[in-house]
Amino acid sequence: MFETALRGSRRYWGLVVMLLVIIGLGFILYLWQLKVGLKITGMSRDVSWGFYIAQFTYLVGIAASAVMVVLPYYLHDYKAFGRITVLGEFLAVAAVSMCALFILVDLGKPVRIFNILLHPTFNSVMFWDMAVLSVYLLLNIVIGWTVLEAERNAAPPPKWVRPLIYLSIPWAPSIHIVTAFLYSGIPGRGFWLTAIMAPRFLSSAFASGPALLVLLALIIRRFTRFDPGREQIQTLAKIVAYCIIINVLFFLFEVFTVFYSQIPEHMRHFEYLLFGIAGHEKLVPWMWVSFVWMVLASVILVIPSARREHSILAAGCTFVIIATWIDKGIGLITGGFVPNPFDRITEYWPTVPEAIITLGIWAMGFFILAILYKIAISVKEEVVS
Amino acid sequence: MGDETKKVINALRETGFFKPQTIYDSRKVIIGIIILFGVVGFTFFYNMGKASKAPEPELTTPDIQGLPEAERVCVEPREYMKANHMRLLNEWRDQVVRRGKRDYVGFTKKKYTMSLQNTCLECHSNYDEFCSRCHQYSGITPYCWSCHVNKPKEWAAGKFKE
Amino acid sequence: MDINRREFLKRVGASALVGLLGGWEAVEILAPGQVEASYLQKPNALTAKRWAMVVDMSKMDQQTVENCIAACHHIHNVPDINDPRREIKWIWLEEFENAFPGQYQEHVARRFEGKPFLVLCNHCDNPPCVRVCPTKATWKREDGIVMMDQHRCIGCRYCMAACPFGSRSFNWMDPRPFIKKGYPEYPTREKGVVEKCNFCTERLAKGLMPACVEISKGALMFSDLAEPESGVREVLREHYTIRRKSHLGTNPQVYYVV
Repeated sequence: MFETALRGSRRYWGLVVMLLVIIGLGFILYLWQLKVGLKITGMSRDVSWGFYIAQFTYLVGIAASAVMVVLPYYLHDYKAFGRITVLGEFLAVAAVSMCALFILVDLGKPVRIFNILLHPTFNSVMFWDMAVLSVYLLLNIVIGWTVLEAERNAAPPPKWVRPLIYLSIPWAPSIHIVTAFLYSGIPGRGFWLTAIMAPRFLSSAFASGPALLVLLALIIRRFTRFDPGREQIQTLAKIVAYCIIINVLFFLFEVFTVFYSQIPEHMRHFEYLLFGIAGHEKLVPWMWVSFVWMVLASVILVIPSARREHSILAAGCTFVIIATWIDKGIGLITGGFVPNPFDRITEYWPTVPEAIITLGIWAMGFFILAILYKIAISVKEEVVS
Repeated sequence: MGDETKKVINALRETGFFKPQTIYDSRKVIIGIIILFGVVGFTFFYNMGKASKAPEPELTTPDIQGLPEAERVCVEPREYMKANHMRLLNEWRDQVVRRGKRDYVGFTKKKYTMSLQNTCLECHSNYDEFCSRCHQYSGITPYCWSCHVNKPKEWAAGKFKE
Repeated sequence: MDINRREFLKRVGASALVGLLGGWEAVEILAPGQVEASYLQKPNALTAKRWAMVVDMSKMDQQTVENCIAACHHIHNVPDINDPRREIKWIWLEEFENAFPGQYQEHVARRFEGKPFLVLCNHCDNPPCVRVCPTKATWKREDGIVMMDQHRCIGCRYCMAACPFGSRSFNWMDPRPFIKKGYPEYPTREKGVVEKCNFCTERLAKGLMPACVEISKGALMFSDLAEPESGVREVLREHYTIRRKSHLGTNPQVYYVV
């Protein structure tokens, strides 16, 4: 089945080569980071997690969203989604791969990463994060590949796949809950110490993941002979609509709690993000754009006539993806660290090398996605004909 | 030729193993094989006849010479240290850092403080001629030295900044 | 011999596994033998059930603070990096409103104005940094000291996020070029690991008080909180003390007599 990835149009190979070039660039800069240290990033003693961890946090959400296609099909017999479960699963594989890479480039001593396995620490949420993400990666690649291969051979998938699929359904939200727990169990960071962190993560994930799937489905529709289906795309879009509305509501709930209670430990971080403090306002425009775009997307995606118009749908989904990326990425991480434990402000902005390494990893993710989707689409095109 | 060997050869002959085969692109294949042997063989032929003698670590530091003859002993016997100093240092690291034990009693029955830069390098104060000499020859770069000061006396005198 | 790709891969995989395990065992079996050795604590080591420190603000002044910081940073080869975003500090001074942000009020007692509060790792009894470390590179010793193993640290900086007191520093680059005067008896660190105050465990092991305590001329006191007659307990009985962010439940063990 892998040979289908080695045969493709000029456009396909052009995409692959372009991605490889970006990956190469990112890799070279990472070698420099290995040599010189993390000082080439914008992180500091006060903001000790930055762009890399922000991408990781966002991408765990994308990875978890595969459940939004798997659950309706396998648990509730929503037959329409049968066509695209593999697209969700393969997207999860690409996303988790990116997560692993972002963690790796963020580590001060990446060669020692196996210490987590050599000295497992069960009270550390990070240990569990690594464990559940690794299993999730395995689950999705095994399930996706096996079901796709069965489809290619016009046979039912082997029986042992089913329990794995049922396992992947609660496992998907678990990976994102554990990631939320990384933040919400720490006593000293008032921005993160909130029970709604996990629900916020989930709502954001289940909005952004399906939104990305919608965009990918529209692209596949346009450039290949496989049609994911109008109904499928519409259902995904409806999922995005309601999840982004919930995400906006959760954010407003947070805003109410911190500003009505006026407790500085929690409020100061929101102040910094939304209004700036003492002239430090780097993130203010970004947070407002994110919020406005989320609200706009909610409106667009909830109105059926707008949702059915694919160009408007694409715009709405793009808004969702970028808005959640800002909110869950840079907003979440920086907001937790600013102000610092001494109530001082050290702002954060990624440096150019940091951004290029980040881009390299995104390119790697899209590379994996391109290969896997090429295989999936080739098989589906084969089956149709 | 034994009976068994004859049986095997006959079996192979029956499968057509010895029949002449057609090699496709034979010129490319043969040139490729020659290049392969040339490249791999070069690594052997270049050094043929030349022996690269293993260096001897230098043991005559003023600190060692300053000790009476009977006391010029390491924490463990020479042969053991040659083969195991890495393991010993790892064990010392775990005992000191993780268990808070800092005294070591080995075959000499004397107590030593478990410290690479304060005990080992006290006698073996010639990092370049002792530690580095063999490590360079073997092509290994243990990164102990990026933290553990490998020339403590120079460091103290401010002479040596890595 | 008819063999398909799947079968071949299965056999290769199984052989590789057997080879790996066998090789591992062979290394262990053929490894040179062990030696009889014992590992002991130094006889004069200072021990305690729960080390704690008291900072007596009545005896604290700018010079003492500077002496404490200089002593600590010198004997631990803490680099002097001028960039506040990349600096490494084990012990430093803060003003009251920054050291105790939750207890600040606009009309603070006069005796606090401009007072140099020495801040360092609190070696909490319920340390969140220990809870989150994925490799136990940070752990709490039996005597209460929160210790770091720089050999094991993977530089994930989770502990830095978890510490409510900002006590931890990360080596964003190689620290050696920034070490003013090297101290030969203590190692330096590499880029990529976190570091913080270690309550001078290397000195305690030799029967010495922590460097900052020794040089503080009585402004810092360091003894066993679990001993009812110890110096620290005496001070806590007789004086009102505050701790940084005590409401968070980390149970910090640095007490400030104010």
